[in-house]
Amino acid sequence: MLEMKKITRRCGKINPLSIEDFMATDGYEMLKKAIKMDKIAIIEEVEKSYLRGRGGAGFPVAIKMKGLAKEIATPKYMICNADEGEPGNFKDRYLMENDPHQIIEGMIIVAYATQANQGYIYIRGEYDNAINIMKWTIEQARKNHFLGKNILGCDFDFDIEVRSGAGSYVCGEEFALIESLEGKPGRTRVKPPFPTQKGLFNQPTLINNVETFANIPFIVDIGGQAYAKIGTPSSTGTKLISLSGNVKHKGVYEVPFGTPIIDVINKLGGGIANNRKLKMVQLGGACGPIIPEYMLDMVIDYERFEEFESKTGAGAIIVIDNRFDMFDILLRIVEFFAHESCGKCTPCREGHIQLANLIKKFINCEATIKDLISLESLARVMHQTSLCGLGQSSPTSIIATLRYFRDEYLDRIESSDMIKGEGK
Amino acid sequence: MVLHEILKQYPRTEDSLIEILLAYQAEKKDHFISNEEIAEIAQYVQTTESKVCSVLSFYTFFSNKPRGRYIIYVCKDVPCYVNESANIVRTLERLLGIKVGETTPNKMFTLEYASCLGYCNQAPAMRIDGKTYTDLNPDKVKAIISEYRGKQNA
Repeated sequence: MLEMKKITRRCGKINPLSIEDFMATDGYEMLKKAIKMDKIAIIEEVEKSYLRGRGGAGFPVAIKMKGLAKEIATPKYMICNADEGEPGNFKDRYLMENDPHQIIEGMIIVAYATQANQGYIYIRGEYDNAINIMKWTIEQARKNHFLGKNILGCDFDFDIEVRSGAGSYVCGEEFALIESLEGKPGRTRVKPPFPTQKGLFNQPTLINNVETFANIPFIVDIGGQAYAKIGTPSSTGTKLISLSGNVKHKGVYEVPFGTPIIDVINKLGGGIANNRKLKMVQLGGACGPIIPEYMLDMVIDYERFEEFESKTGAGAIIVIDNRFDMFDILLRIVEFFAHESCGKCTPCREGHIQLANLIKKFINCEATIKDLISLESLARVMHQTSLCGLGQSSPTSIIATLRYFRDEYLDRIESSDMIKGEGK
Repeated sequence: MVLHEILKQYPRTEDSLIEILLAYQAEKKDHFISNEEIAEIAQYVQTTESKVCSVLSFYTFFSNKPRGRYIIYVCKDVPCYVNESANIVRTLERLLGIKVGETTPNKMFTLEYASCLGYCNQAPAMRIDGKTYTDLNPDKVKAIISEYRGKQNA
């Protein structure tokens, strides 16, 4: 079995709107177990599990939890980042729509361990359905005394509020999200201080992805050590993969880390649709690398992805068949980022416009070797000098294609030369 | 619902601003926030009009110009593009007689591009009036638009 259904084990099997269904399948049992544990012991279990953030950056979760736990300023906030806007990703929506209580249970356990007072779930505005489900779920949890005052009869108060985004991708970046929650445009802040020190309303704040919170009850259940045995030494546990593009069976699949990408595409996705040929695969989402077919035996692993100088942990696999021109795809990606850049720092605000201009030259067969060099250096500058993850990671597809599809660039320059020659 | 009735459901703090704008704009048939409304909202959340304007212009969902009764958001990103979303856009433009970014003369539809709607597993996708339509093809699009036209005439 390629799939390993741990976080998604209830998905499709229970009525997501029914707290009874959830509780009949051990729901909220892990909260009851955690609340009897020492707060520090919960954090230690998470530490032993080596759980890393599932939103993309892959930051160790226990470090954030320790950071928040040691802060003495109150109130302390906790945010569940459900602003899943990266093209090609839909696994957080899947979790919210199919097992919403699991996310809430994870949030309450983390809040208990770190003594957070108030939680928020920031859901992108496009997810109307997920927003309604999460609001309903919180109400149900409150009625059953899992949220509110004196949770489960203990000296522990915690509540959660759902907030909606308004169509801005960059608000998935932690500080942009915090600014948005404060009612401002979603423009990132300079770090440090980090959110655990000064986050929402300048108070200590812990922020994690939906899938990260959904992993917490499972860790409490089997213990950190057992969890760490799943996956690979550098990437423990399972990963939800959003598989899309030109495959037969698109969808969300949960696999242990260490699964080869080709197996996800062929064995779970059923291969390329309509017997066409694969051209390239984009990993992680729009900000991830584009790789050719011969690299698809690489495994899903944080360390393996870091070779692309990109943090691509969000887990999208976008399959593109050979009907499509690479430069058309690149232009879509770059224009997406140009639209979504918040405009605060120059490399990102101006860089994407220039990247788009250069790609258009390749599309229109007007490119020269000088354009190739400009593209290469501009992508590097943006990667190294942008203020937040958006501009740092957005040129990844260009950097990767310059490496793995260099011939396409050179061919296009050659045909540009020929067209120019004919024009004389 | 009139603006002041929506306002009183929210605390008078700046962090209510986006929630207020979302709730009010959804209520309005022409889905936009006027200058007078900006002033009223700013006063309520105890901030300046310029701050409300900066939020309004930053987020894609908000508009300070009147739009159609139904806003059609079509995804333009790669997972939909490789599933022939360009065809969907062409069909919509032809059916409505407008280009992306425009509103039909009868103020019924506004056609806009959206960044990824998160339905890449059911691409191509579009969103109208808080509802997402997936696995689209030109025939399906025609049926959906007729349905909305029927609603308007009913």
